Amino acid sequence: MMLDDFLMRAALAGLGVAIAAAPLGSFVVWRRMAYFGDATAHAAILGVAVALAFSMSVFVGALVMSLIMATTVSTLSGRGFAMDTLLGVLAHSALAFGLVAVSFLSGVRIDLMAYLFGDILAVSQGDLAVIWGGAALVLGLLAWRWQALLTATLSPDLAYSAGIDPRREQLVLTLALAVVVAVAIKVVGVLLIAAMLIVPAAAARPLASTPERMALIATLIAAASALGGLRASFAMDTPTGPTIVCAAAMIFAATTLGSSLWRRHRSPSVL
Amino acid sequence: MRLIETNGIAVRLGGAMVLHDVSLAIDRGEIVTIVGPNGSGKSTLLRTIIGAIKPAKGQIRRSPGLRIGYVPQKLHIDPTLPLTVARFLSLPRRHAPATVRAALEQAGLPDLRDRQMTDLSGGQFQRVLLARALMENPDLLILDEATQGLDQPGSAAFYRRIEEVRQEIGCAVLMVSHELHVVMSASDRVICLNGHVCCEGRPEIVAQAEEYRAIFGSGTQGALALYRHDHDHGHDHDHDNPHSHEAAE
Repeated sequence: MMLDDFLMRAALAGLGVAIAAAPLGSFVVWRRMAYFGDATAHAAILGVAVALAFSMSVFVGALVMSLIMATTVSTLSGRGFAMDTLLGVLAHSALAFGLVAVSFLSGVRIDLMAYLFGDILAVSQGDLAVIWGGAALVLGLLAWRWQALLTATLSPDLAYSAGIDPRREQLVLTLALAVVVAVAIKVVGVLLIAAMLIVPAAAARPLASTPERMALIATLIAAASALGGLRASFAMDTPTGPTIVCAAAMIFAATTLGSSLWRRHRSPSVL
Repeated sequence: MRLIETNGIAVRLGGAMVLHDVSLAIDRGEIVTIVGPNGSGKSTLLRTIIGAIKPAKGQIRRSPGLRIGYVPQKLHIDPTLPLTVARFLSLPRRHAPATVRAALEQAGLPDLRDRQMTDLSGGQFQRVLLARALMENPDLLILDEATQGLDQPGSAAFYRRIEEVRQEIGCAVLMVSHELHVVMSASDRVICLNGHVCCEGRPEIVAQAEEYRAIFGSGTQGALALYRHDHDHGHDHDHDNPHSHEAAE
Protein backbone atom coordinates (compact mmCIF):
# COMPACT_ATOMS: atom_id res chain seq x y z
CA MET A 1 0.00 0.00 0.00
CA MET A 2 1.24 3.45 -0.92
CA LEU A 3 -0.08 5.13 2.20
CA ASP A 4 1.11 4.22 5.63
CA ASP A 5 -1.64 3.07 7.91
CA PHE A 6 -1.71 6.29 9.97
CA LEU A 7 -1.94 8.35 6.81
CA MET A 8 -4.87 6.27 5.63
CA ARG A 9 -6.62 6.86 8.96
CA ALA A 10 -5.85 10.55 8.74
CA ALA A 11 -7.31 10.73 5.23
CA LEU A 12 -10.47 8.93 6.31
CA ALA A 13 -10.82 11.19 9.35
CA GLY A 14 -10.42 14.30 7.18
CA LEU A 15 -13.01 13.03 4.70
CA GLY A 16 -15.46 12.20 7.49
CA VAL A 17 -15.27 15.70 8.91
CA ALA A 18 -15.42 17.27 5.44
CA ILE A 19 -18.64 15.56 4.35
CA ALA A 20 -20.42 16.44 7.60
CA ALA A 21 -19.09 19.98 7.97
CA ALA A 22 -19.67 21.22 4.41
CA PRO A 23 -23.47 20.73 4.07
CA LEU A 24 -24.01 21.96 7.63
CA GLY A 25 -21.66 24.84 6.86
CA SER A 26 -23.94 25.83 3.98
CA PHE A 27 -26.73 26.41 6.50
CA VAL A 28 -24.32 28.27 8.77
CA VAL A 29 -23.55 30.60 5.84
CA TRP A 30 -27.18 31.02 4.70
CA ARG A 31 -28.37 31.78 8.21
CA ARG A 32 -25.43 34.06 9.01
CA MET A 33 -24.38 31.91 11.93
CA ALA A 34 -20.62 32.09 11.36
CA TYR A 35 -19.93 33.58 14.76
CA PHE A 36 -22.31 31.08 16.27
CA GLY A 37 -20.12 28.28 14.91
CA ASP A 38 -17.10 29.96 16.43
CA ALA A 39 -18.70 30.22 19.86
CA THR A 40 -19.76 26.60 19.80
CA ALA A 41 -16.32 25.42 18.72
CA HIS A 42 -14.49 27.54 21.29
CA ALA A 43 -16.70 26.21 24.07
CA ALA A 44 -15.44 22.75 23.17
CA ILE A 45 -12.01 23.46 24.69
CA LEU A 46 -13.72 23.94 28.05
CA GLY A 47 -15.38 20.57 27.45
CA VAL A 48 -11.99 19.04 26.73
CA ALA A 49 -10.60 20.38 30.02
CA VAL A 50 -13.56 19.04 31.98
CA ALA A 51 -13.29 15.67 30.26
CA LEU A 52 -9.58 15.39 31.01
CA ALA A 53 -10.10 16.39 34.65
CA PHE A 54 -12.68 13.67 35.19
CA SER A 55 -10.95 11.25 32.80
CA MET A 56 -14.00 11.02 30.58
CA SER A 57 -13.98 10.71 26.81
CA VAL A 58 -12.82 13.98 25.28
CA PHE A 59 -15.46 13.54 22.58
CA VAL A 60 -18.29 13.41 25.13
CA GLY A 61 -16.93 16.40 27.07
CA ALA A 62 -16.65 18.51 23.93
CA LEU A 63 -20.08 17.42 22.70
CA VAL A 64 -21.81 18.29 25.96
CA MET A 65 -20.09 21.68 26.32
CA SER A 66 -20.77 22.57 22.68
CA LEU A 67 -24.43 21.65 23.13
CA ILE A 68 -24.69 23.80 26.26
CA MET A 69 -23.10 26.74 24.46
CA ALA A 70 -25.19 26.33 21.32
CA THR A 71 -28.48 26.10 23.19
CA THR A 72 -27.54 29.05 25.42
CA VAL A 73 -26.86 31.20 22.38
CA SER A 74 -30.02 29.98 20.60
CA THR A 75 -32.12 30.83 23.64
CA LEU A 76 -30.57 34.24 24.25
CA SER A 77 -30.79 35.20 20.59
CA GLY A 78 -34.57 35.42 20.78
CA ARG A 79 -34.49 37.90 23.66
CA GLY A 80 -33.27 41.09 22.11
CA PHE A 81 -29.56 40.87 22.97
CA ALA A 82 -27.15 42.41 20.45
CA MET A 83 -26.14 39.17 18.83
CA ASP A 84 -22.63 39.92 17.59
CA THR A 85 -21.60 41.41 20.91
CA LEU A 86 -23.09 38.51 22.82
CA LEU A 87 -21.41 35.94 20.59
CA GLY A 88 -18.09 37.77 20.77
CA VAL A 89 -18.28 37.73 24.56
CA LEU A 90 -19.33 34.09 24.80
CA ALA A 91 -16.96 32.71 22.15
CA HIS A 92 -13.83 34.25 23.55
CA SER A 93 -14.74 33.82 27.21
CA ALA A 94 -15.38 30.15 26.60
CA LEU A 95 -12.00 29.82 24.96
CA ALA A 96 -10.26 31.74 27.76
CA PHE A 97 -11.95 29.76 30.52
CA GLY A 98 -11.13 26.55 28.66
CA LEU A 99 -7.46 27.46 28.37
CA VAL A 100 -7.27 28.44 32.05
CA ALA A 101 -9.06 25.26 33.06
CA VAL A 102 -6.66 23.12 31.04
CA SER A 103 -3.68 24.77 32.73
CA PHE A 104 -4.90 23.52 36.11
CA LEU A 105 -4.52 19.95 34.92
CA SER A 106 -1.04 18.61 35.42
CA GLY A 107 0.57 16.81 32.53
CA VAL A 108 -1.80 17.84 29.74
CA ARG A 109 -0.17 21.15 28.92
CA ILE A 110 1.78 19.39 26.17
CA ASP A 111 -1.42 18.19 24.59
CA LEU A 112 -3.02 21.61 24.38
CA MET A 113 -1.75 22.28 20.88
CA ALA A 114 -3.39 19.06 19.72
CA TYR A 115 -6.80 20.30 20.82
CA LEU A 116 -6.32 23.83 19.54
CA PHE A 117 -5.01 22.87 16.11
CA GLY A 118 -5.93 19.21 15.79
CA ASP A 119 -3.75 16.14 15.58
CA ILE A 120 -5.05 14.29 12.59
CA LEU A 121 -2.02 12.01 12.32
CA ALA A 122 -2.79 10.59 15.77
CA VAL A 123 -6.31 9.49 14.87
CA SER A 124 -7.02 5.99 16.20
CA GLN A 125 -9.45 3.44 14.85
CA GLY A 126 -11.79 4.31 17.72
CA ASP A 127 -11.59 7.99 16.74
CA LEU A 128 -12.44 7.05 13.17
CA ALA A 129 -15.54 5.21 14.33
CA VAL A 130 -16.63 8.27 16.33
CA ILE A 131 -15.94 10.65 13.42
CA TRP A 132 -17.83 8.58 10.84
CA GLY A 133 -20.64 7.83 13.30
CA GLY A 134 -20.99 11.55 13.99
CA ALA A 135 -20.83 12.40 10.30
CA ALA A 136 -23.53 9.85 9.49
CA LEU A 137 -25.73 11.29 12.25
CA VAL A 138 -25.32 14.84 10.97
CA LEU A 139 -25.95 13.88 7.33
CA GLY A 140 -28.98 11.84 8.37
CA LEU A 141 -30.43 14.76 10.36
CA LEU A 142 -29.87 17.20 7.49
CA ALA A 143 -31.35 14.87 4.87
CA TRP A 144 -34.37 14.12 7.03
CA ARG A 145 -35.14 17.79 7.78
CA TRP A 146 -33.80 19.27 4.52
CA GLN A 147 -36.99 20.82 3.11
CA ALA A 148 -38.14 22.10 6.48
CA LEU A 149 -34.68 23.50 7.27
CA LEU A 150 -34.55 25.32 3.96
CA THR A 151 -38.03 26.79 4.41
CA ALA A 152 -37.25 27.94 7.94
CA THR A 153 -33.95 29.42 6.75
CA LEU A 154 -35.69 31.35 4.00
CA SER A 155 -38.39 32.79 6.25
CA PRO A 156 -39.69 31.70 9.65
CA ASP A 157 -43.16 33.01 8.69
CA LEU A 158 -43.30 30.85 5.55
CA ALA A 159 -42.36 27.91 7.74
CA TYR A 160 -45.07 28.65 10.30
CA SER A 161 -47.73 29.00 7.60
CA ALA A 162 -46.81 25.52 6.35
CA GLY A 163 -47.02 24.03 9.83
CA ILE A 164 -43.24 23.87 10.33
CA ASP A 165 -41.87 25.13 13.65
CA PRO A 166 -38.68 27.07 12.82
CA ARG A 167 -37.50 26.79 16.44
CA ARG A 168 -37.46 23.03 16.08
CA GLU A 169 -35.39 23.31 12.90
CA GLN A 170 -33.01 25.65 14.70
CA LEU A 171 -32.63 22.97 17.35
CA VAL A 172 -31.76 20.39 14.68
CA LEU A 173 -29.00 22.65 13.38
CA THR A 174 -27.76 23.35 16.90
CA LEU A 175 -27.49 19.64 17.61
CA ALA A 176 -25.74 18.96 14.29
CA LEU A 177 -23.31 21.79 14.97
CA ALA A 178 -22.35 20.40 18.37
CA VAL A 179 -21.75 16.96 16.85
CA VAL A 180 -19.56 18.36 14.07
CA VAL A 181 -17.52 20.38 16.57
CA ALA A 182 -16.99 17.34 18.76
CA VAL A 183 -15.83 15.09 15.91
CA ALA A 184 -13.70 17.77 14.22
CA ILE A 185 -11.51 18.60 17.23
CA LYS A 186 -9.08 15.78 16.46
CA VAL A 187 -8.87 16.79 12.81
CA VAL A 188 -8.61 20.58 12.68
CA GLY A 189 -8.76 21.63 16.34
CA VAL A 190 -11.20 24.03 18.01
CA LEU A 191 -9.67 27.18 16.54
CA LEU A 192 -10.26 26.16 12.95
CA ILE A 193 -13.54 24.21 13.07
CA ALA A 194 -15.53 27.26 12.02
CA ALA A 195 -13.28 27.54 8.98
CA MET A 196 -14.16 23.97 7.91
CA LEU A 197 -17.82 24.92 8.17
CA ILE A 198 -17.70 28.22 6.34
CA VAL A 199 -14.82 28.24 3.84
CA PRO A 200 -15.96 25.31 1.63
CA ALA A 201 -19.55 26.61 1.56
CA ALA A 202 -18.38 30.12 0.69
CA ALA A 203 -16.11 28.69 -2.02
CA ALA A 204 -19.05 26.76 -3.50
CA ARG A 205 -21.43 29.74 -3.61
CA PRO A 206 -20.33 31.22 -6.97
CA LEU A 207 -20.56 27.81 -8.63
CA ALA A 208 -24.07 26.90 -7.46
CA SER A 209 -27.58 27.77 -8.65
CA THR A 210 -29.57 25.82 -6.06
CA PRO A 211 -29.07 25.06 -2.34
CA GLU A 212 -28.56 21.35 -3.03
CA ARG A 213 -25.84 22.01 -5.57
CA MET A 214 -24.13 24.42 -3.21
CA ALA A 215 -24.08 21.80 -0.44
CA LEU A 216 -22.79 19.15 -2.83
CA ILE A 217 -20.05 21.34 -4.33
CA ALA A 218 -19.06 22.47 -0.82
CA THR A 219 -18.68 18.82 0.16
CA LEU A 220 -16.45 18.11 -2.82
CA ILE A 221 -14.34 21.19 -2.06
CA ALA A 222 -14.04 20.20 1.60
CA ALA A 223 -13.02 16.66 0.68
CA ALA A 224 -10.44 17.90 -1.81
CA SER A 225 -9.08 20.35 0.78
CA ALA A 226 -8.81 17.60 3.40
CA LEU A 227 -6.92 15.25 1.11
CA GLY A 228 -4.83 17.97 -0.56
CA GLY A 229 -4.03 19.60 2.77
CA LEU A 230 -3.00 16.30 4.31
CA ARG A 231 -0.70 15.58 1.39
CA ALA A 232 0.80 19.06 1.42
CA SER A 233 1.37 18.98 5.17
CA PHE A 234 3.15 15.64 4.81
CA ALA A 235 5.31 16.97 1.99
CA MET A 236 6.15 20.31 3.61
CA ASP A 237 6.10 19.16 7.24
CA THR A 238 3.47 21.74 8.25
CA PRO A 239 0.68 21.32 10.85
CA THR A 240 -2.10 19.37 9.15
CA GLY A 241 -5.24 21.14 10.40
CA PRO A 242 -4.11 24.62 9.34
CA THR A 243 -2.80 23.24 6.04
CA ILE A 244 -6.24 21.78 5.27
CA VAL A 245 -7.86 25.15 5.98
CA CYS A 246 -5.23 26.86 3.78
CA ALA A 247 -6.14 24.52 0.92
CA ALA A 248 -9.84 25.36 1.33
CA ALA A 249 -9.04 29.08 1.46
CA MET A 250 -7.09 28.87 -1.79
CA ILE A 251 -10.03 27.14 -3.48
CA PHE A 252 -12.26 29.92 -2.14
CA ALA A 253 -9.98 32.55 -3.64
CA ALA A 254 -9.93 30.71 -6.95
CA THR A 255 -13.72 30.28 -7.29
CA THR A 256 -14.49 33.81 -6.10
CA LEU A 257 -11.95 35.50 -8.35
CA GLY A 258 -12.70 33.16 -11.24
CA SER A 259 -16.44 33.79 -11.14
CA SER A 260 -16.09 37.57 -10.95
CA LEU A 261 -13.68 37.54 -13.90
CA TRP A 262 -16.05 35.25 -15.79
CA ARG A 263 -18.97 37.57 -15.13
CA ARG A 264 -17.00 40.62 -16.24
CA HIS A 265 -15.92 38.80 -19.36
CA ARG A 266 -19.43 37.72 -20.20
CA SER A 267 -21.52 40.73 -19.23
CA PRO A 268 -20.97 42.85 -22.40
CA SER A 269 -22.36 40.09 -24.61
CA VAL A 270 -25.33 39.63 -22.29
CA LEU A 271 -26.33 43.27 -22.25
CA MET B 1 -68.40 26.69 6.60
CA ARG B 2 -65.75 28.17 8.88
CA LEU B 3 -62.14 27.83 7.77
CA ILE B 4 -60.66 29.67 10.66
CA GLU B 5 -62.05 31.43 13.68
CA THR B 6 -60.39 33.59 16.30
CA ASN B 7 -62.10 34.01 19.62
CA GLY B 8 -61.22 37.07 21.71
CA ILE B 9 -57.50 36.93 20.99
CA ALA B 10 -55.04 39.36 22.53
CA VAL B 11 -51.45 39.70 21.37
CA ARG B 12 -48.56 41.24 23.23
CA LEU B 13 -45.35 42.21 21.44
CA GLY B 14 -42.42 43.22 23.63
CA GLY B 15 -44.69 44.20 26.51
CA ALA B 16 -47.06 46.31 24.45
CA MET B 17 -50.62 45.11 23.87
CA VAL B 18 -50.94 45.18 20.07
CA LEU B 19 -54.27 43.41 19.69
CA HIS B 20 -57.11 42.77 22.08
CA ASP B 21 -60.54 41.14 21.86
CA VAL B 22 -60.19 40.19 18.21
CA SER B 23 -62.90 37.77 17.18
CA LEU B 24 -63.38 37.02 13.53
CA ALA B 25 -64.12 34.15 11.20
CA ILE B 26 -63.31 33.40 7.59
CA ASP B 27 -65.70 31.30 5.54
CA ARG B 28 -64.89 29.18 2.53
CA GLY B 29 -64.47 31.14 -0.69
CA GLU B 30 -64.91 34.70 0.60
CA ILE B 31 -62.49 37.60 0.12
CA VAL B 32 -61.92 39.47 3.36
CA THR B 33 -59.72 42.53 3.62
CA ILE B 34 -58.27 44.02 6.78
CA VAL B 35 -57.78 47.77 6.74
CA GLY B 36 -56.44 50.00 9.48
CA PRO B 37 -53.92 52.74 10.16
CA ASN B 38 -50.20 52.06 10.60
CA GLY B 39 -49.48 50.23 13.82
CA SER B 40 -53.05 48.97 14.12
CA GLY B 41 -51.86 45.35 14.30
CA LYS B 42 -52.81 44.19 10.78
CA SER B 43 -49.62 42.26 10.08
CA THR B 44 -49.52 41.03 13.66
CA LEU B 45 -53.02 39.63 13.23
CA LEU B 46 -52.04 37.78 10.04
CA ARG B 47 -48.90 36.41 11.68
CA THR B 48 -50.96 35.24 14.64
CA ILE B 49 -53.38 33.50 12.30
CA ILE B 50 -50.58 31.59 10.52
CA GLY B 51 -49.19 30.54 13.90
CA ALA B 52 -46.02 32.64 13.98
CA ILE B 53 -47.14 34.51 17.11
CA LYS B 54 -48.84 32.94 20.10
CA PRO B 55 -51.79 34.96 21.38
CA ALA B 56 -51.60 35.92 25.05
CA LYS B 57 -55.32 35.32 25.37
CA GLY B 58 -58.11 33.72 23.37
CA GLN B 59 -58.20 30.81 20.96
CA ILE B 60 -57.70 30.23 17.24
CA ARG B 61 -59.68 27.39 15.72
CA ARG B 62 -58.77 26.03 12.30
CA SER B 63 -60.86 23.56 10.38
CA PRO B 64 -59.03 20.21 10.40
CA GLY B 65 -56.50 19.82 7.59
CA LEU B 66 -56.67 23.51 6.66
CA ARG B 67 -54.12 24.41 4.00
CA ILE B 68 -52.85 27.97 4.16
CA GLY B 69 -51.03 29.72 1.33
CA TYR B 70 -49.12 32.67 2.74
CA VAL B 71 -47.74 35.60 0.75
CA PRO B 72 -45.53 37.68 3.08
CA GLN B 73 -45.17 41.44 2.93
CA LYS B 74 -41.60 41.06 1.84
CA LEU B 75 -39.11 38.26 1.64
CA HIS B 76 -35.42 38.89 1.99
CA ILE B 77 -33.32 36.26 0.24
CA ASP B 78 -29.78 36.21 1.55
CA PRO B 79 -27.28 36.65 -1.32
CA THR B 80 -25.37 33.60 -0.05
CA LEU B 81 -28.39 31.38 -0.77
CA PRO B 82 -28.61 30.31 -4.42
CA LEU B 83 -32.28 29.80 -5.27
CA THR B 84 -33.92 29.43 -8.66
CA VAL B 85 -37.59 30.21 -9.17
CA ALA B 86 -38.33 26.52 -9.77
CA ARG B 87 -36.56 25.52 -6.56
CA PHE B 88 -38.41 28.19 -4.58
CA LEU B 89 -41.76 26.83 -5.79
CA SER B 90 -40.77 23.44 -4.35
CA LEU B 91 -40.73 24.78 -0.79
CA PRO B 92 -41.85 23.57 1.66
CA ARG B 93 -42.79 20.44 -0.32
CA ARG B 94 -41.23 19.16 -3.52
CA HIS B 95 -43.29 19.09 -6.70
CA ALA B 96 -42.81 17.31 -10.01
CA PRO B 97 -41.13 19.44 -12.72
CA ALA B 98 -44.34 19.35 -14.76
CA THR B 99 -46.33 20.77 -11.83
CA VAL B 100 -43.80 23.56 -11.39
CA ARG B 101 -43.90 24.35 -15.11
CA ALA B 102 -47.70 24.46 -15.08
CA ALA B 103 -47.69 26.76 -12.04
CA LEU B 104 -45.30 29.17 -13.74
CA GLU B 105 -47.46 29.19 -16.85
CA GLN B 106 -50.52 29.92 -14.75
CA ALA B 107 -48.66 32.81 -13.16
CA GLY B 108 -47.71 34.13 -16.58
CA LEU B 109 -43.98 33.55 -16.01
CA PRO B 110 -43.12 30.54 -18.19
CA ASP B 111 -39.54 31.66 -18.93
CA LEU B 112 -38.38 32.31 -15.39
CA ARG B 113 -37.91 28.70 -14.28
CA ASP B 114 -34.13 28.83 -13.94
CA ARG B 115 -33.80 32.50 -13.05
CA GLN B 116 -32.33 33.33 -9.61
CA MET B 117 -34.91 34.77 -7.20
CA THR B 118 -32.62 37.69 -6.47
CA ASP B 119 -32.63 38.67 -10.18
CA LEU B 120 -36.41 39.12 -10.47
CA SER B 121 -38.15 42.47 -10.81
CA GLY B 122 -40.56 43.53 -8.06
CA GLY B 123 -43.63 42.49 -10.04
CA GLN B 124 -42.16 39.13 -11.04
CA PHE B 125 -41.08 38.46 -7.47
CA GLN B 126 -44.60 39.17 -6.18
CA ARG B 127 -46.14 36.82 -8.73
CA VAL B 128 -43.66 34.07 -7.87
CA LEU B 129 -44.53 34.49 -4.18
CA LEU B 130 -48.20 34.11 -5.08
CA ALA B 131 -47.51 31.11 -7.32
CA ARG B 132 -45.64 29.40 -4.47
CA ALA B 133 -48.52 30.01 -2.06
CA LEU B 134 -50.87 28.37 -4.59
CA MET B 135 -48.75 25.22 -5.11
CA GLU B 136 -50.61 23.31 -2.39
CA ASN B 137 -54.11 24.33 -3.54
CA PRO B 138 -54.74 26.24 -0.32
CA ASP B 139 -58.17 26.57 1.28
CA LEU B 140 -57.14 29.97 2.55
CA LEU B 141 -54.83 32.42 0.83
CA ILE B 142 -53.31 35.04 3.15
CA LEU B 143 -51.69 38.14 1.67
CA ASP B 144 -49.87 40.78 3.67
CA GLU B 145 -49.64 44.02 1.65
CA ALA B 146 -48.80 41.89 -1.35
CA THR B 147 -48.69 44.79 -3.80
CA GLN B 148 -46.27 46.96 -1.88
CA GLY B 149 -43.75 48.43 -4.28
CA LEU B 150 -45.80 47.70 -7.41
CA ASP B 151 -47.05 50.52 -9.61
CA GLN B 152 -50.77 50.92 -10.12
CA PRO B 153 -51.18 48.81 -13.27
CA GLY B 154 -48.98 46.17 -11.63
CA SER B 155 -51.07 46.01 -8.49
CA ALA B 156 -54.34 46.09 -10.46
CA ALA B 157 -53.12 43.11 -12.46
CA PHE B 158 -52.09 41.38 -9.23
CA TYR B 159 -55.55 41.77 -7.68
CA ARG B 160 -57.23 40.62 -10.90
CA ARG B 161 -55.09 37.50 -10.70
CA ILE B 162 -56.27 36.90 -7.13
CA GLU B 163 -59.88 37.17 -8.23
CA GLU B 164 -59.13 34.59 -10.98
CA VAL B 165 -57.44 32.33 -8.48
CA ARG B 166 -60.44 32.40 -6.21
CA GLN B 167 -62.64 31.40 -9.11
CA GLU B 168 -60.28 28.64 -10.21
CA ILE B 169 -59.60 26.90 -6.91
CA GLY B 170 -62.36 28.34 -4.73
CA CYS B 171 -60.07 29.39 -1.89
CA ALA B 172 -60.92 32.06 0.63
CA VAL B 173 -58.67 35.13 0.62
CA LEU B 174 -57.64 37.11 3.68
CA MET B 175 -55.56 40.17 2.92
CA VAL B 176 -54.19 43.34 4.36
CA SER B 177 -54.21 46.29 2.03
CA HIS B 178 -53.50 49.99 2.08
CA GLU B 179 -55.21 50.53 -1.25
CA LEU B 180 -58.67 51.50 -0.15
CA HIS B 181 -60.19 51.65 -3.62
CA VAL B 182 -59.06 48.08 -4.31
CA VAL B 183 -60.44 46.99 -0.97
CA MET B 184 -63.76 48.59 -1.71
CA SER B 185 -64.18 47.00 -5.10
CA ALA B 186 -62.62 43.57 -4.60
CA SER B 187 -63.70 42.42 -1.14
CA ASP B 188 -66.78 40.60 0.03
CA ARG B 189 -66.14 41.80 3.53
CA VAL B 190 -63.95 44.43 5.15
CA ILE B 191 -62.60 44.33 8.69
CA CYS B 192 -61.48 47.66 10.06
CA LEU B 193 -58.80 47.10 12.66
CA ASN B 194 -57.25 49.43 15.21
CA GLY B 195 -55.94 47.23 18.01
CA HIS B 196 -59.40 45.69 18.03
CA VAL B 197 -62.10 45.19 15.39
CA CYS B 198 -63.69 48.64 14.99
CA CYS B 199 -66.27 47.58 12.49
CA GLU B 200 -66.78 44.98 9.82
CA GLY B 201 -69.17 44.13 7.06
CA ARG B 202 -69.76 44.64 3.38
CA PRO B 203 -67.45 47.32 1.92
CA GLU B 204 -70.16 49.90 1.33
CA ILE B 205 -71.47 49.48 4.87
CA VAL B 206 -68.03 49.78 6.46
CA ALA B 207 -67.33 52.86 4.35
CA GLN B 208 -70.36 54.53 5.98
CA ALA B 209 -69.45 53.49 9.50
CA GLU B 210 -68.46 56.25 11.91
CA GLU B 211 -65.48 54.30 13.26
CA TYR B 212 -64.09 53.85 9.77
CA ARG B 213 -64.54 57.53 8.91
CA ALA B 214 -62.90 58.52 12.16
CA ILE B 215 -59.80 56.59 11.13
CA PHE B 216 -59.59 57.26 7.41
CA GLY B 217 -61.21 60.70 7.33
CA SER B 218 -61.21 62.39 3.95
CA GLY B 219 -59.41 59.45 2.32
CA THR B 220 -62.68 57.61 2.57
CA GLN B 221 -64.43 59.99 0.23
CA GLY B 222 -61.91 59.38 -2.51
CA ALA B 223 -62.00 55.64 -2.07
CA LEU B 224 -65.75 55.59 -2.06
CA ALA B 225 -65.90 57.79 -5.13
CA LEU B 226 -63.61 55.41 -6.93
CA TYR B 227 -65.69 52.50 -5.82
CA ARG B 228 -68.84 54.09 -7.26
CA HIS B 229 -66.99 55.03 -10.38
CA ASP B 230 -65.93 51.43 -10.92
CA HIS B 231 -69.50 50.29 -10.60
CA ASP B 232 -70.99 53.02 -12.79
CA HIS B 233 -68.73 52.23 -15.67
CA GLY B 234 -68.97 48.49 -15.54
CA HIS B 235 -66.02 46.69 -17.07
CA ASP B 236 -64.81 49.14 -19.67
CA HIS B 237 -61.76 50.08 -17.58
CA ASP B 238 -60.35 46.64 -18.29
CA HIS B 239 -59.40 47.05 -21.93
CA ASP B 240 -58.27 50.65 -22.01
CA ASN B 241 -55.26 49.55 -20.04
CA PRO B 242 -53.22 47.36 -22.38
CA HIS B 243 -50.08 47.64 -20.27
CA SER B 244 -51.49 45.97 -17.19
CA HIS B 245 -53.35 43.48 -19.34
CA GLU B 246 -50.11 42.40 -20.87
CA ALA B 247 -48.53 42.11 -17.45
CA ALA B 248 -51.31 39.78 -16.32
CA GLU B 249 -50.50 37.28 -19.02
